[in-house]
Order: sequence, then C-alpha cells, then structure tokens
Amino acid sequence: MSEVIKIKKGLNIQLAGKADNVFGQAELPELFAVKPTDFHGVVPKMAIKVGDKVKAGTVLFYDKYRPEIKFVSPVSGELLAVNRGERRKILEVVVKSDGTDAAEQFEPAKASELSKEQVVEKLQVAGLWPFIRKRPYDIIADASETPKAFYISAFDSAPLAPDFDFVLTGQEEALQEGIDVIKRLCDNVHLGVRNDAASKVINSLKGVTIHSFEGPHPVGNVGVQIHHTMPINKGEVVWVAQPQDIVAIGKLFAEGKYDSNRVVVLAGSEVEKKAYYRTKLGASISTLIKDNVSNNGTLRYISGNVLTGTQIDNDGYIGAYHSQVTVIPEGDYFEFMGWAAPGFGKFSVSRTFFSWMCKNKEYALDANTHGGRRSFIMSGEYEKVLPMDILPEFLFRAILVDDIDKMEQLGIYELAEEDVALCEFVCTSKQPLQATLRRGIDLIIKELS
Amino acid sequence: MKALRNLLDNIKPHVQKGGKFEKFHSTFDAFETLLFVPNHTNKNGVHVRDSIDSKRTMAMVVMALVPALLFGIWNAGYQHYLAINEAAGFWQMVGIGALKVLPIVVVSYGVGLGIEFMFAQIRGHEVQEGFLVSGMLIPLVLPVDIPLWMVAVATAFSVVIGKEVFGGTGMNIWNPALIARAFLFFAYPSKMSGDKIWIHGLSDLDGVTGATPLGEAASGHVDKFANGAFDLWHSFIGMIPGSIGETSTLAILIGAVLLIYTGIGSWKVMVSVFAGGYLMALIFNLWGANELMQVDAIHQLCLGGFAFGAVFMATDPVSASRTEKGKWIYGFLIGVFAILIRVFNPAYPEGVMLAILLMNTFAPLIDHFVVQGNIKRRVKRAKVNA
Repeated sequence: MSEVIKIKKGLNIQLAGKADNVFGQAELPELFAVKPTDFHGVVPKMAIKVGDKVKAGTVLFYDKYRPEIKFVSPVSGELLAVNRGERRKILEVVVKSDGTDAAEQFEPAKASELSKEQVVEKLQVAGLWPFIRKRPYDIIADASETPKAFYISAFDSAPLAPDFDFVLTGQEEALQEGIDVIKRLCDNVHLGVRNDAASKVINSLKGVTIHSFEGPHPVGNVGVQIHHTMPINKGEVVWVAQPQDIVAIGKLFAEGKYDSNRVVVLAGSEVEKKAYYRTKLGASISTLIKDNVSNNGTLRYISGNVLTGTQIDNDGYIGAYHSQVTVIPEGDYFEFMGWAAPGFGKFSVSRTFFSWMCKNKEYALDANTHGGRRSFIMSGEYEKVLPMDILPEFLFRAILVDDIDKMEQLGIYELAEEDVALCEFVCTSKQPLQATLRRGIDLIIKELS
Repeated sequence: MKALRNLLDNIKPHVQKGGKFEKFHSTFDAFETLLFVPNHTNKNGVHVRDSIDSKRTMAMVVMALVPALLFGIWNAGYQHYLAINEAAGFWQMVGIGALKVLPIVVVSYGVGLGIEFMFAQIRGHEVQEGFLVSGMLIPLVLPVDIPLWMVAVATAFSVVIGKEVFGGTGMNIWNPALIARAFLFFAYPSKMSGDKIWIHGLSDLDGVTGATPLGEAASGHVDKFANGAFDLWHSFIGMIPGSIGETSTLAILIGAVLLIYTGIGSWKVMVSVFAGGYLMALIFNLWGANELMQVDAIHQLCLGGFAFGAVFMATDPVSASRTEKGKWIYGFLIGVFAILIRVFNPAYPEGVMLAILLMNTFAPLIDHFVVQGNIKRRVKRAKVNA
C-alpha cells in the first residue's frame, strides 16, 4: 500500500450519540419518496401519473434537460403523490409500497463484455446513473465527459457517521462486481481508506489504487482526498460515488435487478437505540424513530449528518445520498446572557468558554445559531478546518461579488459544499458558507455552459 | 429572568414593523440580544454551530483590556501625586485616577454607542458589537487630562468616518480607535502634545513638567533612562507618564495571554510586531546617532504605546492582514516602522499609532501578494500535470 497521507487541519466535533456497531430492528415503512431536490441541478419531469402502479426500478421522473438521466422507484406499489413547493417545484415523489418484491427485470450482464457506452446505457435505464457524481460542481456525472479518475471514499469522517466497513460486511462480492463495472467507465479507480481501520472489505478489492488517510474530519470527504492525491485543475473531471451505491451497481449487473436496499445509521443525542438499520432508499423515517426518540422539547430530524444533512419532518424521507439519520434537539430557546456565561457545557473551537477544561467530553449540540449574523470579522478561522491549499475567505469574497475568474483561480473546482461545512460551523460571524459556495458553483455552471 | 423574558415579549410587537415604536426596532433588538441569546436556529447548511459569536469575542477583548484599564486608573493617581510632590495612599491614588479616567470611558461609550444605534436603525440591521472594543480602546490611548468634549468629538469622528461610512464593523479599513487618536493628534496638536497633558493637575502648576519618557528623549534628555524614574523596571511595570492604558507593559501582557489563549488575538501579529521593533531598535543601537537610538532595544518595546499597539491595535482582525502569511509581514513591518518613526521624527515620538495606521492601509496589498502566491501555485500545478 502507498504511504499514509496525514491531514492535520480539520475538526472532530465531539457530538454525543454515536451508534454501536449493531443492527436494530425496525419494520419497513409504507411510504417511500424520491426527492428531486437531492439531485442538484435536475429539473424533474414526471414520467407517470399519480395512481399508476410501479415496481422497484420503474422510472418515476427524468431530468428535463438530460432525459437520459432517470430516477426510479425504490419499491413496488403505486405512485401516491407528487408534493410540490413554491412555484410548483416538485419536492417529493411519494410511492406507497405494497410490500411485495416485484421489480423491473433488467438483463444480467458481465461488465467485462460490454463497451463503455453499453455500461452507461444500462446504468441510466436502471436509474443508477444519478449515484455517479462528478467533481467539480458535485452534480450528476455527464456521460459524454472522460474523467481522469474515479474516486471512492470508503469511509465517512463526519460527526456520528456510519462505519462503512461494518455496513459493507457481507457485500464483498457485489462491491467487487460494482468496481468491475466502474472500471469499464474509467479504468483509473481510486479508493480512500482510513489508516487505522482494518478495512478488510476494501483492502481485498482488486483492480483499484488504495490511498490511506489519517486525521480529523473532513479527511473522509472525497474532495479532500482528491486534493491530496490528484488535485482537480480547470478542465479536469473526476467521478465519485459512495460504496453502498457501488454495491447496488454490482447487483444490477449480477442479478438484473434494481437494488434499493441500504443500511443507514440512526444516531444523535436524542435517539434511544442508536444503531444501524436495514432499510431502502427514500424510506420514511417514521418507523425508525417510532418509540425510539426522547420526548424533551422539539427535535430536529436530519437526513444525513449534522454538517451537511437536510432537515426533514418526523415522517420525512431519507435523502438519496444519505446513509445516516441524525436526531438532535432543536434549540429554539432564549438563553439569558448566553454570551457572557462561563459556558462549561458549550462546545467551541476557541477557548472562550470554560469547556476547554474538559477535553474528552461529548456534547449534545442543538440547532441554535448561538448568535446573529455579521460580516466577516475574525480571520484565519476557516483555514484551520479546511485541509486544502485554498484561501477560503478570499474565495467566498470572490463568490459574493460574482467574480468567476477569481473563483477559478482560487480553486472553486476542488470544493463541494461538504468541504466548507466545517468552516461554516466555526464561523464567528455565522455566515451561510455552504449556500455561498453553491451560489458560486451555480453561477459558473450557468455562465460556462 | 422569566419575568424579564415576558416583559421583552410584551414589548416586542410594538417595536416590530407596523408597531407604534417601529423606529426603535434596532435599539430593542440590541438590548434583547444582549440579555438573551436569540432562539434562532440554523435553517439550511450546518445544523450545529460553534457556541462562539461576535458578542462573546468582543467581550473577551474587553476583559483582556481590564488589567490595563485598572493599572491606568492607579497610575493616573500615582503620577498626579508624584508630580505635585505629595504623599498619598493607594486608595487615594485610585480615587483620583478613577475620577479622571471613568468619565472619559463613559463619554467614549455614550457617544460611540449612540451613533452606532442610530446607524443601525437607519440601515435597518442589528447593532454590531465592534464598538464594545473600540469604546474601551479609545480612552486607553488618550492622555488623562484631555477635555471630555475632545473625547466626544474624536469618538464621533472615528465611528462615523472611521467605520460607518465603510459599512460598519467588518468593513472598515483602519482601526477605529486609532482613527480617534490620530484625529486628536492632528486636529488639536497643542492639546495633545507637550508636557502638561499627560499628568492630571499640571496645567495649574507652573514650573513642573510631566513629559512622557519619549517626549523627554526626543528633546535630548535621557538621563532618567538608565536608572531613575524611566528605567526599564519602571517602564515595564508602567509607573511612567503616558496615555491611560499604554504605560504598563505588564498589564498589557496579561491581556495578551488571555487573547492568545482564547484564540481571539493573533499571536503571529503580536510576536512579529515585537520582533520587528526589537530588530529595528538593535540596528539603531549600533548606529547610535541620537539619544533615542541609544535606548536599549528591550527598553524601547516597553516605552510609549508600543506594547499596547502590538497587542490590542495591530491584532484587530478587520484592519489587519487576513492571510496567515500576511500576518507575519504585516506585524513585522509595524514593529519596524514604529521604531523608525519614533527615532527619526522627534515631532511624533509616538510612532506606533502611525505605523499601525500605515500598515492597515497596506494590509490588503500584503494579502494580495499572498493570494497571488496561492493562485500561482495552482497554475503551476496544472502545467506540471498537463
């Protein structure tokens, strides 16, 4: 194995509520949904009507501008509703499960016998293409581009994140199969693993280059790993995917079925039984959290982790790219003289609260903002949690004034929202940095296409 | 606490848009957020956030300034009784010092916050906390016998011209407190220099002078430097005449420790200012063409506002260099220029103020070169790969 890449900058937020490596028991819910908002830049166009019968793998909608990118139903049943938001934007496409395993039939195939075009078509028809994303921009990959590499981060370093080694155990064959498929798309497949974990599943994979990493979050972010192994320059493209989705790709080719099974971890300080659950893509969390969360005050349900996840209701649906559901207190309270209190139980990177005295304490953080938004005041905060050779503040300034040249020069192509999430966390001025970055990326996509 | 919350909730509808006292929205908001951290929650982006906010940051800096303020109060009394040659007890000194210093603090905060509240209301945004620090810095860089009306005029000038015209806290180019000091220095030179203003009660006495050590040195008197009232020990502890908060290097260092430990003040800036000043003073020691050049390098750092400037003024993140590499250059040049101005221009022995304002002006330029360096590395990387 190649040398270990050590990352020093970053931050492990000591969040309470880590899950044990055990499986919990929960029934599958009745409702499932595919949320077009999970797929950035996709304008959904419905392929079927409310009330139509669907099987697992039946196309629900496709992208208006790239109709070859299709989104399929995770279960069999009927299309229950299309929930819309402002300006009739489609937010959720809800499928009511009939509890059977009926699935669309696709031909099993050996990837090694297919051309790149055939593999792409197979993935697109079966609705698995959306799980292959590209850097720069962090959007669904464009099949006409030739990526310089395919990169998979085999671990997640975010707070309370799932342990992929545990999740993938037993899936070795399908994973290898998936990798073989990916190799038809791009021969240069790289994996990032954590150095201290005995990652048997990953280390036994064939035909891939493995890089091992060490350090605090965001070391598990695929963008950070790419930066340290093969930084993206202007005009270059790297495709990325998550391990569980590679398994699904493997199963499509081996069994000819769209496999929507996923393992998610349910964690957070307000969860009673913190564990891993076997469920399906887009499942409603209602059965997971039933009698399983505390009833102290308002709770916040997050699909994903606390840094990058999306807020959902207590009967909301798990996002397409998420393998984690986090439940934390909402924090919608007023705190008397909070800024002046000694703050023994408050987590802060700065040592302005007395909590620096208890180093290994775990914190049940809530969603309170802890202050009002200001302009950039403190300097040097972001650099400490972004392990890349990038000057984040100057990049954000370029984005705020829509200066595309500067954004390019300062390295916006290497960043996705998840990479600057920690900057947003530590920001004294409470700036919405992930949204700012996305604004810059959107502007570039619009202007350069 | 609950009653207070209820009271605020009762008032709130009246000051919100459409309410009777709509005009006081920002004012109400300022007091509400001062008493209670608001119940706002993160809507998109990160769901959890660090507990620190702008109020906490500013409060920490004010706390770091307290040792310098307390020492300044005592020293004002001590210098007064020393000059008029009367014996006095500790509390007597503190008493007369407080009587002189606290009104300056009150005027500075009163005028400054008044203007801040007005601007916040006109602009329709929250009152920003930046002035909590400036309001304390301004009195500490002023001489003790300054007329209060001058404090008021200088504060108003610094808040309006130094900060609000640029868009408020975070947008200003220069350190607002130094703007106030520079304004007084150039607008009322006769009142801001000489040997009467630095010690309370001298203007009524003839024949007694109370020049600062730097003032004396500039006019060629360095006899007290080696051993006497201005020796290294007195200068370090701060028992010398000077602006209220700047004399005690010891009290300032206590503040510096707090700032560095909490992570609010940049240690890079502080260290490099002292390093720059020390090196420059050493070079002048070798040269030794006038009396100020001959002052020992360590002693130079304890005189005048050097330490105060290094710890509390140069580190203001808004007006300082914002890149980490830039901070080294920025701080070092402040140190160099401070001693340079002090030694070469006897009219302004207090060079630190001007050096920091000068480097505030050049901080964006320093950052520009650091940013260009980053850009060049990226371009080079692309070429190597291609």
